[in-house]
Amino acid sequence: MRLEVLKTYKIYIGGKFPRTESGRYYTPKIKNEGLGNICLSSRKDFRNAVVAARGAFGAWSGATAYNKSQVLYRIAEMLEGRKAQFIAELIQQGSSKSQAEKEVAVSVDRIIYYAGWCDKYTQIFSAVNPVASSHFNFTSPEPTGVVSIITPEDTSLIGLVSSIIPVIVSGNTCVVLASESKPLCAVTFAEVLNSSDVPGGVVNILTGNTKELLSHMASHMDVNAFLYARGIAKEQTEIQKNAVENLKRVVVRDFSDVYSSSHENPYYIEDFVEMKTTWHPIEVIGAAGSGY
Amino acid sequence: MSKTKLIYQNNPSPSVDQVGILDRINRITSRSIKNETKVQGLKMALNMIDLTTLEGADTEKKVIQLCNKAQHLHDAYPNLPTVAAVCVYPNFVKTAKNALKGSNIKVAAVATAFPSGQSSSEIKLLDTKLAVDNGADEVDMVISRGKFHSGEYHFVFDEIAAIKEACGKARLKVILETGELGSFDKVRKASDIAIEAGADFIKTSTGKISPAATLPVTLVMLEAIKDYYYKTGIQIGMKPAGGISNAKLALQYLLLVKETLGKDWLNNQWFRFGASSLANDLLMQIVKQETGIYQSKDYFSKD
Repeated sequence: MRLEVLKTYKIYIGGKFPRTESGRYYTPKIKNEGLGNICLSSRKDFRNAVVAARGAFGAWSGATAYNKSQVLYRIAEMLEGRKAQFIAELIQQGSSKSQAEKEVAVSVDRIIYYAGWCDKYTQIFSAVNPVASSHFNFTSPEPTGVVSIITPEDTSLIGLVSSIIPVIVSGNTCVVLASESKPLCAVTFAEVLNSSDVPGGVVNILTGNTKELLSHMASHMDVNAFLYARGIAKEQTEIQKNAVENLKRVVVRDFSDVYSSSHENPYYIEDFVEMKTTWHPIEVIGAAGSGY
Repeated sequence: MSKTKLIYQNNPSPSVDQVGILDRINRITSRSIKNETKVQGLKMALNMIDLTTLEGADTEKKVIQLCNKAQHLHDAYPNLPTVAAVCVYPNFVKTAKNALKGSNIKVAAVATAFPSGQSSSEIKLLDTKLAVDNGADEVDMVISRGKFHSGEYHFVFDEIAAIKEACGKARLKVILETGELGSFDKVRKASDIAIEAGADFIKTSTGKISPAATLPVTLVMLEAIKDYYYKTGIQIGMKPAGGISNAKLALQYLLLVKETLGKDWLNNQWFRFGASSLANDLLMQIVKQETGIYQSKDYFSKD
């Protein structure tokens, strides 16, 4: 009989897979069976991840909508290709086989759903505004910046995908804290991202203890928004309090119905954009009619 | 001039133990400085900065803005030190002097056909004179690397001595441009020549060549300063410049200076950083230490 090798799952920062700088790890257990050695990330890992996310923001937000769409679609393709591994991990983390298969299938479909929105959401949320002066006045969405994401605790893959993808559609970059008790798919998903044309730093994934990282994820001045996907009132309050420092946009979203189509929703993209209104001078609108 | 002319002695320089230098640096960089010590170090580093702008696109307004930044690093945080000096091209010295009136911040000017140093001695002297006449407190000169590589050490030596004389009261920093020297042995040789020719400071780089300042090359130069101090009792300053943009690295430089030369060198009279973006990183770290909150560039003035 051979002794099984317990995989060490590393974190994902700036397109690389470092171990946590703290050197710490934990071993989450399901039914008394260790899942693997998981990095217990420190606030410094978070800080490094924010630096990576900020560095990646310019190029990702500047990429064409068409390109972003292709990249997202590629994630779905790669995920589909590694279905078997995700299903095995989900089963290892306590899912039944049919649940696991469903979770992976919905995740792939969801990524494809959002890939389609990349070049369409701006049309939906933009507007030409009527004004009383000789200006062409229009409003269009732009990505908010770097987003902290705390993913649902009770699912390993579908919650992760459903929280990350709509955030990066518009060109945001993010730092993600994965489920503490079910972290396996998060790290494997990082491997998928890494092999699917997503520029390093666009998505950074940490594993570890929420309590330890929460306040830093919420207070960091270089983070522009926060997506909180767990319904714990105490944690929400702490996030809101810390986010005040730089007026972070905080979105608390209910993930209890994560399989329902309500999570395929362009307004989830709109949650993390800023509306820019431009006043473009035009010639005086005279009797001849419109100045457009 | 009644002063006796300095003559190049061609003293042999000791060869540098490369492995030893790198090993020493490895030990320095694996250390960690925390809490109050860190804050002290950060503030000290801030006070040692030569805030620099040396771009072809520099304008008077840009220089004035930089001088303003030098005096008001981050007013939201009281009791911060100022930087040591502002470093500009000679034609901006007057502008900088005016903008810094009433502060203790010095004005340093690069001179001698910076950054290449490829010009005649007359031009270099005139360049120096322009800087000094305009009121520069410090002059940063470059050595003739071409002559140095051809083995004309006496030429390099005489040139430094002549510029030193032209500087008058202004302190002279001699830029070796270590990125173009090729080996630690040559860095050591150039350091020795510069020191013996009358440099008040030796400086690693112009910032226009990569690699610019590195810890190992700085250590080699610090060793030259140490040996000269033991021999003569005269202190020489050190200025690493270029490529030092984060606070952690700055603290490592301070460690290196402290442990090579001692605390007499830990002030801006004898140690400087040539940098521009370092100041903001130091400020961000200082505020982080104070508030416990990681900072963003968005809330600090650019220059």
